[in-house]
Amino acid sequence: MLKGYGEVILEGVGLTLQLALSSMALAIVLGLLGAAFRLSPVRALAWLGELYSTVIRGIPDLVLILLIFYGGQDLINRVGPLVGYDDYIDLNPLLTGVFTLGFIFGAYLSETFRGAFMGIPKGQAEAGMAYGMSSLQIFYRVLVPQMIRLAIPGFTNNWLVLTKATALISVVGLQDMMFKAKQAADATREPFTFYLAVAALYLVITSVSLLLLKWLERRYSVGVRTAEL
Amino acid sequence: MIFDYTVIQANLPLYLAGMLETLKLLAISLVLGLLAALPLALMRVSRQRWVNALAWTYTYVIRGTPMLVQLFLIYYGLAQFAAVRESVLWPWLSNATFCACLAFAINTSAYTAEIIAGSLRATPHGEIEAARAMGMSRALMYRRILLPSAMRRALPQYSNEVIMMLQTTSLASIVTLMDITGAARTVTAQYYLPFEAYITAGAIYLALTFILVRLFKLAERRWLGYLAPRKG
Repeated sequence: MLKGYGEVILEGVGLTLQLALSSMALAIVLGLLGAAFRLSPVRALAWLGELYSTVIRGIPDLVLILLIFYGGQDLINRVGPLVGYDDYIDLNPLLTGVFTLGFIFGAYLSETFRGAFMGIPKGQAEAGMAYGMSSLQIFYRVLVPQMIRLAIPGFTNNWLVLTKATALISVVGLQDMMFKAKQAADATREPFTFYLAVAALYLVITSVSLLLLKWLERRYSVGVRTAEL
Repeated sequence: MIFDYTVIQANLPLYLAGMLETLKLLAISLVLGLLAALPLALMRVSRQRWVNALAWTYTYVIRGTPMLVQLFLIYYGLAQFAAVRESVLWPWLSNATFCACLAFAINTSAYTAEIIAGSLRATPHGEIEAARAMGMSRALMYRRILLPSAMRRALPQYSNEVIMMLQTTSLASIVTLMDITGAARTVTAQYYLPFEAYITAGAIYLALTFILVRLFKLAERRWLGYLAPRKG
């Protein structure tokens, strides 16, 4: 049915997953940083955090991707000669894709994390302070472990959006499963078959993610009592 | 100076036309999407299993696959079938604007249906009981009580969906339409100034986003004022 292109597309699945997972790792780091900035008592930092999340969330993913892939490449090669580097610099599509998606979804996650941090009762941080912990220790010993449970629903949502956004990186030439499907579609002139196949693959990835994250949410909520309505 | 904005200035009319195209795509897909979302939302709150399951499958599949794949399935995919190419619908289905609007409308209808269904489910019990006590039929209750209040309460979430849709319309540039992103692509192709071209596009989207956020804040004050916390 897939005329031997099934394997080619399956190869692309690996790259899609690699891209999605690495971008998410970067996004989590940037999201935590962004949330810490936004909740910081230092005005300038809070403003910087807000600028990051507002600007990135106000611009389409595709425009940011094109800006960083083409604009960034162009800019690097304009600046290169000025600092005495004359070779043409080519950006690696996977690395640039990871950086771009990580940067975009870091902004979305910073909002999720900020909300989750604000959901933790004040007394928790105060107790940490009473024990003489430094603010960094309070952050990763007291706040982060409790924040995770509150952040999982928002995180799930962002992960699903990110997984689907990886398809856009195929537009700038990363050979992920979307790119392979397009190749197969062009070669066989059966676009519907191949785009449907790749749609099914995305659906499998999102469904499995949903199940895993639901399970994780239950695990993290084990110690929480819920009232029956 | 490493930046060159003279070309951008000369091409501002192109961006302006792109902005109109973006707003056109957005308006058409939102209207069509909302029209489809209403019956879907009613199906999603239905107690009849298979009615509910049908709408659930639709929203699950649409929300679980990338917009780009959906757009390609409609714009490139449908042409695979001779039956489609020979049908009376072909003049429309071979038109990029039509396909983009159709794909966007299908996509937003799934998200909007879930938003409205969630809002319907969150209707306070008392309102439904009061409507029943007044002897309203189901249809009348939906028309007078449930939908008006659910649609209002869905407003904050719907504003997010509208902003997501504004951003989604940028995919139209991939199927050759000349929206804001399309304008930036053209400028890049003609003058090779990708950085300036896409920064400008980004700034326009950012401005549109701010305007939409502002408009929805006004709408919320108008229709959700009764839920706002009292100013002390």
